[in-house]
Amino acid sequence: MDLSLVPDGGLGWLHASGPQSHLVLSTRIRLARNLADFRFGTRMGATDRQAILDRVIEAAAGTGSLASAATFRIDELEDWDRRLLLERHLISRELADEDDRGRPRNARALLLQDKAAVMVNEEDHLRLQVLGSGVDFGANWGLVEAVDTELGQRLAFAFHPQFGYLTSCPTNVGTGLRASVLIHLPGLVLTKEINKTLHGLTKIGLTYRGLYGEGSEVVGNFFQLSNQTTLGKGEKELLEQLGAIVQHVIQVEERARQVLLRDAPAVLEDKVWRAYGLLRYARALDFEETMNLLSGVRLGVSLKLLENVGMYALNKLLVFTQPAHLVAEAGGLLSDDEMAVRRADLVRRTLEDEVRRGQGL
Amino acid sequence: MKACSACGAADGVVDLTHIEGGEVRTRHLCAKCAAEKGIQTPAGLSDSPLGGLLAALGAEPPSFAAASQPAVHCPGCGGTLQDFRDSGRLGCAQCYVAFEEPLKELMRRLHGSTHHTGKAYQGPGIPQPVAAPEPTHRLKERLRQAIEAERFELAAQLRDQLKERGEWT
Repeated sequence: MDLSLVPDGGLGWLHASGPQSHLVLSTRIRLARNLADFRFGTRMGATDRQAILDRVIEAAAGTGSLASAATFRIDELEDWDRRLLLERHLISRELADEDDRGRPRNARALLLQDKAAVMVNEEDHLRLQVLGSGVDFGANWGLVEAVDTELGQRLAFAFHPQFGYLTSCPTNVGTGLRASVLIHLPGLVLTKEINKTLHGLTKIGLTYRGLYGEGSEVVGNFFQLSNQTTLGKGEKELLEQLGAIVQHVIQVEERARQVLLRDAPAVLEDKVWRAYGLLRYARALDFEETMNLLSGVRLGVSLKLLENVGMYALNKLLVFTQPAHLVAEAGGLLSDDEMAVRRADLVRRTLEDEVRRGQGL
Repeated sequence: MKACSACGAADGVVDLTHIEGGEVRTRHLCAKCAAEKGIQTPAGLSDSPLGGLLAALGAEPPSFAAASQPAVHCPGCGGTLQDFRDSGRLGCAQCYVAFEEPLKELMRRLHGSTHHTGKAYQGPGIPQPVAAPEPTHRLKERLRQAIEAERFELAAQLRDQLKERGEWT
């Protein structure tokens, strides 16, 4: 897999340059679309899937937003390369999944140009998505909407005057829009307010998931919050509502952090520095432990308890300490023990670089 | 043969399609376990094509889904409501027409609505509609209101539009 085709490796969202990016890693907006003259995914054969991919590639070439997109044939990639794209949040689990015989499903592809991407032959024929740093629904909506308009002028999308854009699963029908933020909520977890907050969110039409979306566990206090309904409200209304709720969650998280600082400063500081100490000096780290320690350090940096560590470095570690990234770096398969050693090595080097950077060396 | 996913019993197991975390999922439960979980499974209800789905959603079975009716096949893909119940996925765009009524009921429960109010798709080759220009008298009226409301930035924009039309001296 040649990721050099994509200028920043599809990792622009790591730069921590977006609004409130100390709390919110990324905003994603995706639109589910299907071609009108093909059956949906579950009732479609290999020939149709290939025909759809051909049409999408041809249509994309005529657009501005995807004309120079790099195309990755997911079905032709090795398992570890597929996992690497998944770890970068560039493809979904569904797209990376194999069929019953353990083979990737044919004609699955990712088209990627800057922040805009199209997954082809996922659950729906097309999943258009934009992934950006911090909380930013406006700019990201503008980008994904441009991709949608351009492709929609070249491909006939399945659309019903009453039900809107038609999708394989009725949970996505209408706008086909799912917007999500990846948000870091250690304050709410430490003050044990998290369950109440999440329960409240589900009452007002939001869902939450772990780091890798549907079915994934929450690690490192990172939560994906997204809208649940897609029909009955316009795209902007859905995004405004989600945006308002995300701002509310940010406020309660900030408040929880202030409570911790006020009522248990020594405990908090100890937690942060212990996390930093372990990351800085450990010789073997497993993935989940790393995520949890990075969460502690991130909280410390955010509260200015820790200096000499940048958010960008922390974001990079979140991605590059994952298994497929370590395998790619090593250039070959690794045992669990070897992976833990390499992970600790990468974390240690990165944190040492940050200290040197902070000292202007 | 399917077994109840809760107690392992093989008798009287029904498929229950339900919504979990925004996704449609299917579980196999015997009547006893379903009842313990607060899910209604009267015989006529659970045997009808959409019965399991609606039972899981806590709805009464609509008359069109009576058990005695033969399965309707979608003309586009040949799929039935039972297929949807099993997989949680529709087969093609025409399924939305073939199973319109049961799907509307589902949409109401999932989204609280059956009407799309978002982006109106125009189809390929058709240029996006361009709004008709606002009549000059309406522009002048809005300019007057903007000045009254001391919204000078808007007023300047409106004045410029009028200038372009040669309606401002």
